[in-house]
Amino acid sequence: MSEQWLLRVEQLEKHFGPGCPVCRQLTGPTTGRSRCPRCGTVWACVDVNLQLHAGEVLGIVGESGSGKSTLLQMIYLALRPDSGHIWYRESDGQLRDLTTLNRYEARLFQNTHLGIVYQRPELGLNMRFSVGGNVAEKLLLAEWRHFGRIRVRTSELMNKTELLPERIDDEPTTFSGGMLQRVQIARALASHPTILLLDEVTSGLDVSVQARVLDLLRRIQWTDRITMLLVSHDLGVVRQLARRTIVMKNGHIVEAGLTDQILEDPQHPYTQLLVSSVL
Amino acid sequence: MNYLLEVKNLYKSFTLHLIDGRTITPVCDVSFSVAAGEHLLIHGRSGMGKTSILKCIYRTYVPTSGTIWFQSHQFGRIDLSRADERIIIDLREREIGFCSQFLRVLPRVSALDTICEPLYRQGLDRTAAQEIGREWLRRLGIAAELWQASPMTFSGGEQQRINLGRAFIARPRLLLLDEPTASLDETTKQVVINMIRAAQREGTAIISVSHDLTGLGVYADRQWTFPSR
Repeated sequence: MSEQWLLRVEQLEKHFGPGCPVCRQLTGPTTGRSRCPRCGTVWACVDVNLQLHAGEVLGIVGESGSGKSTLLQMIYLALRPDSGHIWYRESDGQLRDLTTLNRYEARLFQNTHLGIVYQRPELGLNMRFSVGGNVAEKLLLAEWRHFGRIRVRTSELMNKTELLPERIDDEPTTFSGGMLQRVQIARALASHPTILLLDEVTSGLDVSVQARVLDLLRRIQWTDRITMLLVSHDLGVVRQLARRTIVMKNGHIVEAGLTDQILEDPQHPYTQLLVSSVL
Repeated sequence: MNYLLEVKNLYKSFTLHLIDGRTITPVCDVSFSVAAGEHLLIHGRSGMGKTSILKCIYRTYVPTSGTIWFQSHQFGRIDLSRADERIIIDLREREIGFCSQFLRVLPRVSALDTICEPLYRQGLDRTAAQEIGREWLRRLGIAAELWQASPMTFSGGEQQRINLGRAFIARPRLLLLDEPTASLDETTKQVVINMIRAAQREGTAIISVSHDLTGLGVYADRQWTFPSR
């Protein structure tokens, strides 16, 4: 095949709570529960395995609470998994297990190799900084030190994300929802990350603004060939961007396949329900 | 004989979990082969599973059992029914084309970019791809003033021509065509038939599903009537 995997997730697990001997039997897709009725532990991700290939867009779909965002947070190294591995293939071919990085290494990796865009802009942006400041912060954290280069890169990104360069010094609070998503995308792309993580980026936006954000992401994917992990509960968004899709329910991956296959020939009962629920 | 595609004992069942787990099996023990440069036309009553066969080959549907052997340039002899998704994506980009009955395009993307998309995916330079794209749009009789418009605004016949152009433009080795001449006027139908024959001369194997026995059917090397259940 033309491309090797760039990121490989192996048996990743995350739970919130003390756990008890019967947790696993009482939770999961067959029971329809993520929360153990005995001890209250929430099993957000259980035995999650996936591979992300260079240049591809992988969609993750599932209902709210299925563990999609937790998985994304673990891959973004913002949340430490209980067990499992996240392997990353460096450009020289060396494999790194990202779950073993210390706090400093993880922060540096996050700022040099990864970018993230959240549904809620306030999670991805510092609302007290100007737009330019937000992009520059990401570059400073990625150890860029030349002020002139930072300024040039910020202008480049504002152009790319269709933000008016003259608004570089404006605060995010003065921007609309769709513009804030584009500011987040500019910030996420600042240090030329290899993987862009997208967490429900178009949810809550009106359709015309949603279309503009989607077009921007599609253009970035075409021109930069950047690898994307796209979490969404909107199958239309996934159909437009992702060629492969995984379906999550109650912390488990219940189905994975080509996006057209998932949508036209869903195998798992939950996927069939999800596809049949499209408005 | 060396076949490009060999379908053996193919079954496809759908389990409808939302309707009491009911199972329907539109494709039942189907076997056939197609050689390079050959055109096989499948016809039969609507709803009998003809399109399902094409979709199983393209892997939009997951075959229930049986094998679909394809002689790939990149991967050698490979069973499409079990091949890794990444291999299927590669084959779709370079070796296997599919023209569905209905055009499903990305909204807000121009007709020119829509038809060129398979070439972009192959990594062809944008200018070179668009040059080829314009040639195909011309050949398919799409008026130049429509090239920058989205095909979503086009008529049924125009959409079908864009759909066919997308399938042919990447010069696949195997082309799956679902009702390629439906909703086309006689002139355009002849253009499409000529496109099919030109592709055959280049060695492309073609499997078409069609009711057009007096038009497309005349030019097919073989016709196969899909059995009614």
